Amino acid sequence: MTVQASNLESEHLPDPAGAPEGEPSKIAGKSPTKLAMDRFRRDKLSMISFTVVVVYLLVGIAAPFLVHFGVLDPTTLHNQGKDSLLDANTLPKGAWGGISWDHPLGVEPGTGRDVLSRVIFGITFSLSIALSATILAITIGTVMGIISGFSGGWVDAIIGRAIDLTLSFPQTLMLLALSSMGVATVAEFLPGGESDDIPNGFYVVLVLGLFGWPGIARIIRGQVLSVREREFVDAAVLIGASRRRIYFKEILPNLWAPLLVTFTLTMPAYISAEAALSFLGVGINPPTPTLGNILRSSINYSIGDFMFFFTPAFLIMVIVVSFNLLGDGIRDALDPKAAR
Amino acid sequence: MSDHQLPMAGGMPADDPRSRAEDPVDAAASGFVEKERANPAVAGHFDADPILTVKDLRMYFPVRSAGIVRRTVGHVQAVDGVSFQVPKGGSLGLVGESGCGKSTTGRLITRLYEPTGGAIEFDGRDIAKTSSHGLKPLRREIQMIFQDPYTSLNPRHTVGAIVGAPLLIHNILPKDKILPRVQELLEIVGLNPEHYNRYPHEFSGGQRQRIGIARALTLQPKLLVADEPVSALDVSIQAQVINLLQEVQREFDIAFLFIAHDLAVVRHFCPEVAVMYLGKVVEIADRDSLYNRPNHPYTQALLSAVPDVKQAAIGGRRERIRLEGDVPSPINPPSGCRFRTRCAIAQEICARVEPPLLQIGKRHKVACHFAGELGHHPERPVTASLLGVDDTGTPDPGASPSVGIGNDPGYSDTWFDLERKTMASA
Repeated sequence: MTVQASNLESEHLPDPAGAPEGEPSKIAGKSPTKLAMDRFRRDKLSMISFTVVVVYLLVGIAAPFLVHFGVLDPTTLHNQGKDSLLDANTLPKGAWGGISWDHPLGVEPGTGRDVLSRVIFGITFSLSIALSATILAITIGTVMGIISGFSGGWVDAIIGRAIDLTLSFPQTLMLLALSSMGVATVAEFLPGGESDDIPNGFYVVLVLGLFGWPGIARIIRGQVLSVREREFVDAAVLIGASRRRIYFKEILPNLWAPLLVTFTLTMPAYISAEAALSFLGVGINPPTPTLGNILRSSINYSIGDFMFFFTPAFLIMVIVVSFNLLGDGIRDALDPKAAR
Repeated sequence: MSDHQLPMAGGMPADDPRSRAEDPVDAAASGFVEKERANPAVAGHFDADPILTVKDLRMYFPVRSAGIVRRTVGHVQAVDGVSFQVPKGGSLGLVGESGCGKSTTGRLITRLYEPTGGAIEFDGRDIAKTSSHGLKPLRREIQMIFQDPYTSLNPRHTVGAIVGAPLLIHNILPKDKILPRVQELLEIVGLNPEHYNRYPHEFSGGQRQRIGIARALTLQPKLLVADEPVSALDVSIQAQVINLLQEVQREFDIAFLFIAHDLAVVRHFCPEVAVMYLGKVVEIADRDSLYNRPNHPYTQALLSAVPDVKQAAIGGRRERIRLEGDVPSPINPPSGCRFRTRCAIAQEICARVEPPLLQIGKRHKVACHFAGELGHHPERPVTASLLGVDDTGTPDPGASPSVGIGNDPGYSDTWFDLERKTMASA
């Protein structure tokens, strides 16, 4: 074992050949991932947006538990009798949409439900829908992109045409026109009736995911075209690796950087898509709150109760902007050569 | 396998800076250009049976036009009719300038490409047309060492995963036995076996190449195709890796197809060397014949380009043969002899008739109409009578061409004596 001893020691000496060895001192080589993380940490804007996104995610995760234990109450009405928090016009009593210690963001006009509870619980549903749709789109897009990029030839051509076809499809129109039929079809496979939240939400996820993969597949295909030319792919072929192993064990780990960027840029798009679809009447309906359907119902009160309109709109804006800035920050950190 | 611990393990390991000065390995770094170390593998090279026989191997890459209907408008004739043999436990060097098809030849033999034509006989089986599914057992027998140690290792896998992957894929060992085997392999190639959970970027170029060698050794192959294994490394590291390859070859009796453009490295490593130009073998011979008595004008030019330290020391300057012009396009190679456009002694016949790979010595073949040592090229084409043409290359109705000359792998017992212009034998 003298060999190893000398090996170990040699790594703590400067190497005249100039090659970095091991991780002896502070000047030791850092991995590209470590360097990217350092760059990311130095960027204040990225760190702020990262913090905001983490807060949203934590709130989204915590909300169902808070509702369950009664800390948040998004469903109790305060529009009847002497306890009513609404005036004769069903607008909240008091300034700024009825802000009080019990209801820090005021109450809903018409129903008197607590706005803070509703938006917090709404974040859970909005993020769940956006996250599921993003994961679905990225999964399909990645698999298609890897197969297309690695195989080339007629497989590439067929997937390429499928991408074109999907992109040229008027998806918003279809989503609206087929919503009742689509939800009914989804409801057959899932628990709950046609008007329930689960089929409604699932339909939105399906449509967003099934029409969102082509762009991702194109990005991934481009990356695979460069990765597959590296010799370790040849080496994997030579040791007899199966196609599946080459796709998912050799190539996929080298795609995490573009995938991470794609993820952080697709999420905000789907958060705002959920809001837009709610506005058009597709998706989860009240009384289950989502940021989208709260915004939709608040539009009627944009003058009468501005606070109620402002709250969901502001929350959507903050999360969308933060996710976008986070995505840009990650991209800059991973690729420092790209000009801003 | 543990009894296969290499004796060199004490002197060889890693890139140890302190021992470098007095390391015999390092002495060889400057010395291996000149002297040939006695290698037991050399003695057996020409006696052993061939493990790989390549016959008339061709690889034409189609060139397609742009647009929707991508018609094939031509072919890059990357490898065009190459024949050679690699004996069991021996090593054949393949040299030539960039783009001459040597790497393509290596990739054809490992079947990363499917050849357009020809036969690759490995251990008695023709593997030229085997389907990708049928190749899996073959993958255990033929492995490859890649040129660039920076791209040939997956940056997202640990060294242990890289070296152990072949065992996992071929289901050779149970999962709990893989790690000890990986550590054993790392030790064989002179790396610290405790470093199995590190990532490739934590190693230097020479160490990475050792990892690549360990991966290639994992399946205990019979043939290793080394595609410029040291050209991406520092010269001091080159010597270490070359010596490691020699130790490995001696220990495990692996045959090597050694592809390189560094003539000194090939001379050190390979008892037999083939020179390629534009997809064809122009000269193939044992080491001494090729380096001391090259008969092809291209080989002569190639060898004259090697800097000669001895010559420089005594102040003299060796005559350098400068080749004019560029390598012609392999899409549309010259007629007849492919080297004629840059050849100083080319004549009419060279444009008309392709020179066969003619055996001119016991272990020496050359593809030239005017084969001869430098300055002693014959006036008249030596091949004319054999091919049944006159001196300008026009078919000669009276002549009777000898059948079966050229392009057979291996050497025959009789050959064409250039001095006496007759067939001779040992």
